[in-house]
Amino acid sequence: MRIGTAKENYTADEALFDTNIQRGWMIALMIALFALPFMTGQYAIYLVCLVMINIVSTTGLNILTGFTGLVSLGQAAFMGVGAYTVAIMEINLGTPFLLNLLIAGSGAALVGIVVGLPSLRVKGLYLAIATIAASVILHFIFANWTSMTGGVSGLSMPPASLFGLELVQPDQVYWIIMPITVLMLFGAANLFRTRIGRAFIAIRDRDISAEVLGIRLLRFKLLSFAISSFYAGVAGGLWAYFFRVITPESFPLLMSIFFLAAIIVGGMGSILGGILGATFMTMVPEILKMMVGVLSPIWPDAVAVMSPVRVVVFGALIIFFLIFEPDGLAEIWRNIRRFFHLWPFKT
Amino acid sequence: MQTTEVSSLTTSPPPTLAGQEILSVDGLSLSFGGVKALQHVSFSVEEGSVTSVIGPNGAGKTSLFNSISGFYTPSEGNVNFLGKNVNKIAPPDRAAMGMARTFQNIALFKGMTVLDNIKLGRHAHLKTNILEALFYFGPAQRTEAALRREIEEKIIDFLEIDHIRNSSVGALSYGLQKRVELARALAMQPKILLLDEPVAGMNREETEDMARFILDVKEEWGVTVLMVEHDMGLVMDISDHVVCLNFGQVITQGLPDEVQGHPDVISAYLGSGDVTALRKKFKEGR
Repeated sequence: MRIGTAKENYTADEALFDTNIQRGWMIALMIALFALPFMTGQYAIYLVCLVMINIVSTTGLNILTGFTGLVSLGQAAFMGVGAYTVAIMEINLGTPFLLNLLIAGSGAALVGIVVGLPSLRVKGLYLAIATIAASVILHFIFANWTSMTGGVSGLSMPPASLFGLELVQPDQVYWIIMPITVLMLFGAANLFRTRIGRAFIAIRDRDISAEVLGIRLLRFKLLSFAISSFYAGVAGGLWAYFFRVITPESFPLLMSIFFLAAIIVGGMGSILGGILGATFMTMVPEILKMMVGVLSPIWPDAVAVMSPVRVVVFGALIIFFLIFEPDGLAEIWRNIRRFFHLWPFKT
Repeated sequence: MQTTEVSSLTTSPPPTLAGQEILSVDGLSLSFGGVKALQHVSFSVEEGSVTSVIGPNGAGKTSLFNSISGFYTPSEGNVNFLGKNVNKIAPPDRAAMGMARTFQNIALFKGMTVLDNIKLGRHAHLKTNILEALFYFGPAQRTEAALRREIEEKIIDFLEIDHIRNSSVGALSYGLQKRVELARALAMQPKILLLDEPVAGMNREETEDMARFILDVKEEWGVTVLMVEHDMGLVMDISDHVVCLNFGQVITQGLPDEVQGHPDVISAYLGSGDVTALRKKFKEGR
């Protein structure tokens, strides 16, 4: 049970993690993230990397859709912009990966701003359709600008190198993906402690009264699109370094829906929600696959029979969570925390 | 009279009342298609005063407010603020100039805490850029700490809402939400405060609190107040100047007592078919 937390100044009260217990857990998590590659196999690291890439992109979409209230189905296409930028720079220029990722993010942000232009006039489903149109156009460019993107056969690129060491295996690329993911998550959390993040939430909740408070709607909607696509672009760049083969089919519309589902399942308008949602959406199909694998020694036909069931179970789980807790996994997590804070008294 | 203790506070106008107009509306007309919402409305608000706009439902009070804050573009006439014509200035820029407003149907942000809602008020005066925000270093952190201190020590303390600072606004009572909205408007560092029905739906105690806050805002903060209100007790008690609208036109304006006793105002509120007047006429006619 926790009675309260004593603070001596306002800066302490504004801190991201305001208790020693929270800070302790964060340090433990950081140590775990650094120790992970030494403790598990390639497959586990492969999954962790994939989850982290998805977390970056989902957090980006959460900033746009969850916090600013602008529905977008272009996230995968923005990732594609980032991935192609990284691949083209790595193949043709061989510049350092950090620069490539930065330019990938910025390029995607510029595309995002252009796609976001209709957002001042159209909202909700209409905006979603406008972003679908943008992602179809981008897909067309990926597939047909053969001199740059390699057309339908795509590009295959050399690995990133760090101090002369080539990062090929998942446990090597991990050292790029993990720090950048952590940095970008802190960035997103910080954003909502300042005027920019507050303006985003204001636009989501009531755009007319946001205007009266001095928030310029178009500027902040476009800023939200830019930040969101920057996250997507960086995620796409990481994706490129991770898989090293990029084709137009790498970033289908279905992937955008995946990210939208991730923020809905995880919790819209919550950084933790984006993390939990992306983890859930990436890991649950894998876990179900493993469970089917475990069954196969006892029941030889398990893989054949259970594979379709797996998809059904995944869908049913999403629906179950939406009905059980519409505010997403983040709210479930908050309820658990609240329970332990109040324990042993009734909640 | 509804609140005697309140009226005792306003026996004399404050010495700061310079008599200069801070806001003036000059021949303002507004029409939607064929409906004339406002017709040649003119009045001015003196710096350091409380000016009230009254009138029956549909008289055009909220249209007037929306024109002043920049949502509607008047078809004719001007709105001048701080000696400058603001007709072409967008609402966010009017906010930055020092025009703050609250809404009739509370317009707080439900997804945020009381504290964040109030902090939002300062938006136009903060300069934190995107890089500072993402990394939350030096300037961003100092700005937020200074803002927090000022809100805590000046606004939250003044409006007596320290017990709810971390609550979500959706969970608050109506009266408290109105108070948080006032807090947010004060965080805008306004020169003029437009209050759209600040005490609508409040009980007597909450109304008295709000009246006290409005007077304190005027006298301690030196902020000019322009309000639309239906509660005649409140209007007559705390206003320095009253403007009465009906059918989009100014019927009369002046000191509260003058307006209250004006025959056109009485007929606007009670209608010309007043029962007692009719009965009297009927008797005399016989």
